[in-house]
Amino acid sequence: MSDQQVDQGKRTWLIATGCAGAVGGVATAVPFVSTFTPSERAKAAGAAVEVDISSLKPGEKLTVEWRGKPVWIVRRTPEQLESLKSTESQLADPLSVRTAYPTPEYAKNQARSIKPEVFVAVGICSHLGCSPSDKFQTGAQPSLPDDWHGGFLCPCHGSTFDMAGRVFKNKPAPDNLEVPPHMYLSDTKLLIGEDKKA
Amino acid sequence: MAEFKEAPAGAPLGTKLMTWVDNRFPATKMYKEHMSEYYAPKNFNWWYIFGSLALLVLVIQIVTGIFLVMHYKPDAALAFASVEYIMRDVPWGWLIRYMHSTGASAFFVVVYLHMFRGLIYGSYRKPRELVWIFGCGIFLCLMAEAFMGYLLPWGQMSYWGAQVIVNLFAAVPFVGEDLALLIRGDYVVSDATLNRFFSFHVIAVPLVLLGLVVAHIIALHEVGSNNPDGVEIKGPKAPKDANGKPLDAIPFHPYYTVHDIFGVSLFLLVFTAIIFFAPELGGYFLEYNNFIPADPLKTPAHIAPVWYFTPFYSMLRATTDVMVQVLVGIIALSVISIWLKSGFSSKTKLLISAGAGAAALLLLAFDAKFWGVVVMGGAVVILFFLPWLDHSPVKSIRYRPDWHKHLYTIFVVFFLVLGYLGIKPPSDIGTIVSQIGTLFYFGFFLLMPWWSKLGTPKPVPDRVTFHPH
Repeated sequence: MSDQQVDQGKRTWLIATGCAGAVGGVATAVPFVSTFTPSERAKAAGAAVEVDISSLKPGEKLTVEWRGKPVWIVRRTPEQLESLKSTESQLADPLSVRTAYPTPEYAKNQARSIKPEVFVAVGICSHLGCSPSDKFQTGAQPSLPDDWHGGFLCPCHGSTFDMAGRVFKNKPAPDNLEVPPHMYLSDTKLLIGEDKKA
Repeated sequence: MAEFKEAPAGAPLGTKLMTWVDNRFPATKMYKEHMSEYYAPKNFNWWYIFGSLALLVLVIQIVTGIFLVMHYKPDAALAFASVEYIMRDVPWGWLIRYMHSTGASAFFVVVYLHMFRGLIYGSYRKPRELVWIFGCGIFLCLMAEAFMGYLLPWGQMSYWGAQVIVNLFAAVPFVGEDLALLIRGDYVVSDATLNRFFSFHVIAVPLVLLGLVVAHIIALHEVGSNNPDGVEIKGPKAPKDANGKPLDAIPFHPYYTVHDIFGVSLFLLVFTAIIFFAPELGGYFLEYNNFIPADPLKTPAHIAPVWYFTPFYSMLRATTDVMVQVLVGIIALSVISIWLKSGFSSKTKLLISAGAGAAALLLLAFDAKFWGVVVMGGAVVILFFLPWLDHSPVKSIRYRPDWHKHLYTIFVVFFLVLGYLGIKPPSDIGTIVSQIGTLFYFGFFLLMPWWSKLGTPKPVPDRVTFHPH
């Protein structure tokens, strides 16, 4: 072995073909990895949902499915709307300025909604995707502070949200509940998944 | 190529057959290397049963898994019903299914004890670093297997557990959302997710797992087993008999194989008792919420992972904004103490300070949610580095200073407490305790290069301590 001369020409070709082979290997990996991305069928399943809210009474919540996620529609009572003022100082992002789940312009207000009493939000915690439970009852109760004004509690990691889906400070969830694009088709008909811009 | 051997004339048929085989495949050579002439220390105690038991549970999981796949349907519309079909309609299907579900928990019981054995007797120390690293790889594979397998029954806990864990990846800055999308194959956990998890659970991860198990055993048999005394039995100074075989060791077969059968029978006694009398083990092995079909619109009121993930899950929950600020404080304090106490040159000190400053900035720049994921992942990854963290002059806990034993005890207690808190719903006091536990866990490992050198070890004997009975 050692007394033989290195054939540089042959070595160059070996390196070149080795590199070419590696490029081919990587290129072959592309289709395999691509199969992990959502299929055309999954992409097509994201159509908007129409909801009739005429029978929704104050203090009640309705859940509909949009893109496989729960979307809540809550008709808030005047007291619940009033509570949004007192929670303001304890919130992480009271004005919804964070951009991870951008709040549509028409919901960038204290009630985070188009009509103050009707709150529409994706019922998925911005922490790790659990669906928070309703805690509309005010006052002291397990896992909640004693001055609770009503809102939502995520059962997974204890994040709390007020009646406008705004997250409280120093909780695992960094963001307020997502407000999906939505619009009113009539006074009692909501379209979830599309708004006037789109 | 080895020399072609001839069986002596008139040899029995078996000898002739083995000579024929050995000329073509090293059957006898391998049998000797790994069984009849693999010398294992004679002073093993009962801690050393868990390696064999882990192998047994692996076989149970593979065999029962093969039979479950014959009846299971990896389809979001059919999966839940097909598991119930296995439980009710397939003859003896309930037994196979309970063996598999109990086997998953048994695997973690056995593997945690096996890892703890390695931890206290220094089985990860030179020259066994790779044995330990392959072992950590096996542990990671097991976690992946358990997590993806848990989605398959498509119950409420399956669904929401997968939702939470996949969303962990979404917390990674910049690429997280796309990464989570790539894992799910859909915008939510769905049929596409179930199908790919099935594929990973039954073929991809088991292949890697088996490869790692083989590597783990080959590496072990290359360097030889450690023992409770942490004394090398095959080193140049170790006593040997006339044939060069270590005096302090006995062949694995038949001595330890027969010995292990006793351990196996004790294990099976407990294992089968659980399968027959308490297969759900009070909701710890199979959570009650998982007997409700998955409902993407409703998270169960209390969601917790299965017990074997809860210590790490607690650490995830412990990482709140306050915890991140505490971490920044700890970094600042360590930088100050390095400037005051350590013997590094000013240049090194400056470099360390710059690195610490960058780390603190990063900690504050990203959400606590992301750092929770880093802490949870780091708690597992840190195990890989154990061989280089331990600087103690002796391997085994037997010859460490007594206060080391207390430290290990506190470590175990905190690990169990973290595990317990991970099962419970979040509470203020629980969060504080798990934050202390998380800090202790990381302090235990990260400060090990320093504390493991402290104190006076007891004299290590030249030969293993062994009392024949």
